[in-house]
Amino acid sequence: MFKRKGILVSILFLLLISTALVGCSGGSEEGSENQNEGDKPKEETPTGEVQKELVFGRGGDSVSLDPISTTEGETFKVTVNIFETLINYGEQDTTLQPGLATEWTPSEDGLEYTLKLREGVKFHDGTDFNADAVVKNFERWMNGDADQFPYYTMFGGFKGDEGHVIKEVVAEDDFTVKFILNRPQAPFLKNLAMSPFGIASPTALEKFGGDFMKNPVGTGPFKFVEWKENDRITLEKNPDYWMEGYPKLEKIIFRSIPENSARLNALLAGEIDLMDGVNPSDLTQIEGNPDLQTFERPSMNVGYLGFTVNRPPFDNKLVRQALNHAIDKEGIIAAFYGGLAEPAKNPLPPALEGYNDDIEPYPYDLEKAKELLVEAGYPDGFEMELWAMPVPRPYMPDGMKVAEVIQSSFAEIGVKAEIKSVDWGTYLEQASKGEFDAYMLGWTGDNGDPDNFIYTLLDKDSIGSNNYSYYSNDELHDILIEAQTIPDQEQRNELYKKAQEIIHEDSPWAPLVHSTPLLAGKKNLKGLLPHPTGSDILTKVEFE
Amino acid sequence: MFETDQRGDLFSSLTSTFPIKEVITLFAYTLRRIGMVIPVLIGMTLVVFSIIHLIPGNPAQIILGQRATEEAIAALTTKLGLDQPLYIQYFEYIKGLLTGDLGESIRTKTAISDEIWPYLAATIELTLVAMIIAIVIGVNAGIISAWFQNSWFDYTAMVLALIGVSMPIFWLGLMEQWAFALQLDLLPTTGRENVRDPVDSITSLYLIDTLINGRTDQFVTVLKHLILPSVALATIPMAIIARITRSSMLEVMRSDFVRTARAKGVKMFWVVYKHSLKNAVIPVLTVIGLQTGLLLGGAILTETIFGWPGIGRYIYEAINYRDYPVIQSGILVVATFFVFINLIVDLLYAVIDPRIKYR
Repeated sequence: MFKRKGILVSILFLLLISTALVGCSGGSEEGSENQNEGDKPKEETPTGEVQKELVFGRGGDSVSLDPISTTEGETFKVTVNIFETLINYGEQDTTLQPGLATEWTPSEDGLEYTLKLREGVKFHDGTDFNADAVVKNFERWMNGDADQFPYYTMFGGFKGDEGHVIKEVVAEDDFTVKFILNRPQAPFLKNLAMSPFGIASPTALEKFGGDFMKNPVGTGPFKFVEWKENDRITLEKNPDYWMEGYPKLEKIIFRSIPENSARLNALLAGEIDLMDGVNPSDLTQIEGNPDLQTFERPSMNVGYLGFTVNRPPFDNKLVRQALNHAIDKEGIIAAFYGGLAEPAKNPLPPALEGYNDDIEPYPYDLEKAKELLVEAGYPDGFEMELWAMPVPRPYMPDGMKVAEVIQSSFAEIGVKAEIKSVDWGTYLEQASKGEFDAYMLGWTGDNGDPDNFIYTLLDKDSIGSNNYSYYSNDELHDILIEAQTIPDQEQRNELYKKAQEIIHEDSPWAPLVHSTPLLAGKKNLKGLLPHPTGSDILTKVEFE
Repeated sequence: MFETDQRGDLFSSLTSTFPIKEVITLFAYTLRRIGMVIPVLIGMTLVVFSIIHLIPGNPAQIILGQRATEEAIAALTTKLGLDQPLYIQYFEYIKGLLTGDLGESIRTKTAISDEIWPYLAATIELTLVAMIIAIVIGVNAGIISAWFQNSWFDYTAMVLALIGVSMPIFWLGLMEQWAFALQLDLLPTTGRENVRDPVDSITSLYLIDTLINGRTDQFVTVLKHLILPSVALATIPMAIIARITRSSMLEVMRSDFVRTARAKGVKMFWVVYKHSLKNAVIPVLTVIGLQTGLLLGGAILTETIFGWPGIGRYIYEAINYRDYPVIQSGILVVATFFVFINLIVDLLYAVIDPRIKYR
């Protein structure tokens, strides 16, 4: 009996304690409130000295730290700071600039490229960077497959494939590499500048094998320290970086905070110093805050309404031009992009070389649209299906709503559009079979070359893959093929300008927008130039 | 004074020198309960297995998206085994599970069993703290509301509980951040730790890691990071537990033995916290079990708003990237936890109320 009482007493005691704990926890919270009053929260950056540590808040985590192993943009945001490419893009465009290679010479026939490499560069593990390292990287990639190295397909496939562009990579001497090609590929140098083709340390590749994606070693301004999946990636300064006096920062921490508003809260609270993926609706709040500033990223995408040109009445050029006149792009941008986009008149975004700025856009003019419909033989309009994208993308944040705006202005010229949608997988499948009258889609550039937009999306060779409009123009095709084979960039730019004129006239699409993503950061952050590719090299970033 | 009624005596089975018959019944009950878990687990694998086959269209095309080439689609189809007959695919799937193979993530190309623990640990830490808050506050609020039925406390607590049940977590989370981090400057908005002074991870359970490392300052920081998300996560279960406790307590407190105890002069506090609570605890325990299981999976929203690298986020990211193996295995792991928590609750019933094991 006593034993039983003892147990019961102890149970009651436990209950009491738990109850008391409630009181205590409430009390201690209050207590700590008072204690901490006036104190700065610990996460805020120390004042007085110049900050050397940057916390970059972003929406998602990296997939891998080996850039060649993925096509996922979040990965490259980190790897461009660890790895360097042979050729760099310009600071805010996709022109060619020296990288690990200081100069490059194409042969007359475009079948050979000789690259002079930068001397005195070392990988983070102490391995020397030289021609041998370049050869080893390319051999690793070309002996893989599309699952391992998806972006290597920019070079037409892998070793042994019929379309493979690179025949051989030869180390002429320690600092000269020669690329021998099977066939000319004009965007070849642009491809070399793509972040997936960052040169990795051959020693580390051998040492880590399949684990290299978690232990990246490059030549870049920052060295890898730690990766906590879905949480943060830490990089520290590479003290032996070849660029004198750089990088400015001691440490970069990439944090993933998926929710845009929560990420902004973290920025406001000082837990992060820089963020991407700002909601357009938060723009006024940031601009009104004296401690913050915004950065606009030049666009490298296009959102468009495509017409399947082999389906009547879209086989009539006048009909397509009429519909081009009947879309209020400015209104759509104001309503759904928070003003953070520019109206598109070409399939190419303006940041790319070869963009034709002389093209006069089709103005929003319903009268003109009606006239064109009469001329085309549809004075009373017609009925059509309008397919809306089921998933949000930077170039199309809300396909359904944009479709509704288009639907209502089409209705004013007598065109009855029925909005339809289906799951994303089926959407792409049906679009590539040409089963839609008109459909919304978009594209984000891979290598910053016009070929990657115009040939990929509108050449007759791309019918069945990404030319969902089934648009086929032989004159255009000849121009695009010629532009693929001549190595001279100036000549190529002229050809692409001509191509855009043809496309403008034929109007297989109504180009809608190029969206310009927004970043926000602390006011004293200097030297950040957001890159159109979406991955920013932070070498020159510093705090004042 | 401590004479109790014989109904559902908390520890009678343990204290009355373990009659052999009792032990056998308890053992049989335990076996029976565990036996009932097996078909549930099989059912779960069937549902999870079907996920990938229920999406319209070719899963490989959907996973690869706009840049898919025909070869890539074919390769992925083979890799996922989608070209095999269904029953063979299921058989292979079960065989993998039994050997601890949860598949390989399409996104990260890593074995899921290798990468899942840190996520799970983050969620377990969050869920446990949230459940402690929900139980301690919820149970006590329910008891006091029943004790002082129709008092101002009762009304206030029950109105708060009603608000709590219907509160959108998303909104609550952002409001918490706004109030406690931005306006009052007391707590951090997001994450598990101060990234400028990171925790040296050993077990991935940061509260434990900071103690092992002897960093009490970091322990406090980690605790501070836990407060906002766990309160947000605790809101709904806290409200539900409070309401269930209150109604269950009210029922018990109206019964004869409580009146007898009062008549014998037992202090009200003991009547409430000992005699009544013990008899009212079964439905409360049921709700606690269900809610704990729900929290594990239901933390997706909380983890998203608070940038918490937990299993909910893991599944959420996988959905965004159409990483079906991760979606399948993530759901399976969470569901398994759910089943086992409820098994434990079932076994606790038998300990608390000996009558249950005879049913």
